[in-house]
Amino acid sequence: MEQLLLKRINVPGGLDIDIAMAHGAYGALRISFGMRPVDVIDEVKRSGLRGRGGAGFPTGVKWGFAAMDPKMPKYLICNADEGEPGTFKDRIILERDPHLLIEGMIIAGYAIGAERGYIYLRGEYPAAADILERAITQAYEKGLLGNNIIGSGVTFDLSLHRGAGAYICGEETSLIESLEGKRGQPRIRPPFPANAGAWGKPTVVNNVETLANVPGIMALGSEAYSKLGVEGSTGTKIFCVSGAVNRPGAYELPLGTTLREIIYTHAGGIRGGGKLKAVIPGGASTPMLTAEHIDVKMDYSSLLSTGSMLGSGAVIVMDDSTCMVHATAVIIRFFEHESCGKCTPCREGTGWLHQIYSRMLRGEGGESDIDVLLGICRKMKGKCFCPLGEGAIQPVLSSIKYFREEYERCIRERGCGGEQCKGMMQGSKHHMTNKFQAPSTKSQTLRTLDF
Amino acid sequence: MLNDEARERIRLAALRYPEPRAALLPALHIAQKEAGYVSEDAMRFIAGQLNVPESEVFGTATFYSLIRRSSSGRHVISICHNLPCTLLGAEPLIGHLKSRLGVDEGEVTPDGRFSYQRIECIGRCDGAPAMLVDDDYHGDLTPEKIDGILEKYA
Ligand SMILES: Cc1cc2nc3c(=O)[nH]c(=O)nc-3n(C[C@H](O)[C@H](O)[C@H](O)COP(=O)(O)O)c2cc1C
Ligand code: SF4
Ligand code: FES
Repeated sequence: MEQLLLKRINVPGGLDIDIAMAHGAYGALRISFGMRPVDVIDEVKRSGLRGRGGAGFPTGVKWGFAAMDPKMPKYLICNADEGEPGTFKDRIILERDPHLLIEGMIIAGYAIGAERGYIYLRGEYPAAADILERAITQAYEKGLLGNNIIGSGVTFDLSLHRGAGAYICGEETSLIESLEGKRGQPRIRPPFPANAGAWGKPTVVNNVETLANVPGIMALGSEAYSKLGVEGSTGTKIFCVSGAVNRPGAYELPLGTTLREIIYTHAGGIRGGGKLKAVIPGGASTPMLTAEHIDVKMDYSSLLSTGSMLGSGAVIVMDDSTCMVHATAVIIRFFEHESCGKCTPCREGTGWLHQIYSRMLRGEGGESDIDVLLGICRKMKGKCFCPLGEGAIQPVLSSIKYFREEYERCIRERGCGGEQCKGMMQGSKHHMTNKFQAPSTKSQTLRTLDF
Repeated sequence: MLNDEARERIRLAALRYPEPRAALLPALHIAQKEAGYVSEDAMRFIAGQLNVPESEVFGTATFYSLIRRSSSGRHVISICHNLPCTLLGAEPLIGHLKSRLGVDEGEVTPDGRFSYQRIECIGRCDGAPAMLVDDDYHGDLTPEKIDGILEKYA
């Protein structure tokens, strides 16, 4: 199996730039600097590389937009906010092969004409912060960052910028607001960052894993790269497997590998001999799947056709001991906590959803609560300012779709009083929710509350 | 008030950006590192140093959950309660931690050693259930393992 992304993570001493270079780091720089920037962009376009941060936008196309914009200066930002629950792939690159990312950023900066780059790192990754600082310093010492990189005349400066605990800052316009020293709340689009991003200048925001693919593309050539994976989803992907499996971990595999192979061959199957019940294939904001979907190919379009998404590639596995009402409640609690508060449907909707889940788990659910949940989702759908709110309703809709009878049982039997549920029962801590109570169990009330 | 070294670090941080305001988050981190939390005085000082209105500094600081505005224990435990950790028993573990420390979330133990908070996914789901103590990561937690870890922090 061809490894492009995790090939150096086990090299002893590989954090040191000399050792990393002895294993090929920065080898793709000369190749790239030998080409015109537009040709580098074309090469990335031909490779078929799509963003690994969740949205799957073609990387070369995004670069082309920023490169064509005449405004100067331009900025390159690496999105290392990695907040999607279940995702830890970027951390592995950051902590174990930071030079791969730095090399990818230098090439990307050259291609789009950016002489300044930032790595926006989530605040919860203190170890990665130290490692990156050291890697950046070493790269400067070797003349791989700064002016006239390896005698090419190319300039690229790079700094680390640490976030401080806000999932929404992974959304690229919020990230830019946060980088500028503001609250991390999303901006209206258009204008897109490629034209008016950081400080109003053309800005490319790419995920860590996306940028880490770039050296491999330049070294292999787009043709060889595009043979990896499947049509429309080229290359390899790091799948992060967590939950009820024997070997949770990060596995780099070609896009299009089946869910079955990921769970049973690589992650060692279901823990404790249990049965597979549900899978979240792409991080907490992607719709759940069930054991029936085990043969789905893990690529952008195959997952769309199941009604879910590749997202960040975080595969969260649940076995038959999992209560789906509780599992969904945990996700909703997360979204309520992380809602940035800018728009009403998401700020209030996630709080209401959380309150209703809490009362169901407390044994106070009413017969109409499933309809109330669905009604709130309907009122949020298409009305949220950014995709966080739209993503928040996915676990609710999908778990009700596939596991409705568990909701009915939870309500009928007045909760299960399980140990698990206790932490969830106190309900919402949202600062606004004292004022804005969720609709009562009588769905009558909800109808009067149309947005 | 911030000490001279912290001020100097903030000044240097600001040079990395086209506009000094961008050094606000780095400055809050620096202030927190110094005192364990970010006081109102520290925020006022940062406002002056970066030439940002005080209200904007307060508004920004309160947005981010890792910026603490009141004093914490000498060691801050952040224990994950998101789904992958929950699936592997985070909830009973949090119960164990709470009874070991004898305080509620956000409170400081009487000896001043610890405070704890629940946190969303810390990207260690391959070692779930997981927590951070200050900047150190601890994974594959069990009640016994938590007891052993607590011993290590004075
Ligand atoms: C709520 C939300 C959170 C996001 N979090 C991340 C993140 O942590 N990391 C990331 O790379 N992209 C994240 N994204 C996607 C970014 O907005 C953006 O699409 C991505 O960084 C672009 O890079 P790519 O094209 O290389 O994927 C998030 C999007 C949303 C709506
Ligand atoms: S959808 Fe949620 S996160 Fe996005 S802008 Fe609205 S409140 Fe903020
Ligand atoms: S869910 Fe706990 S570390 Fe990811």
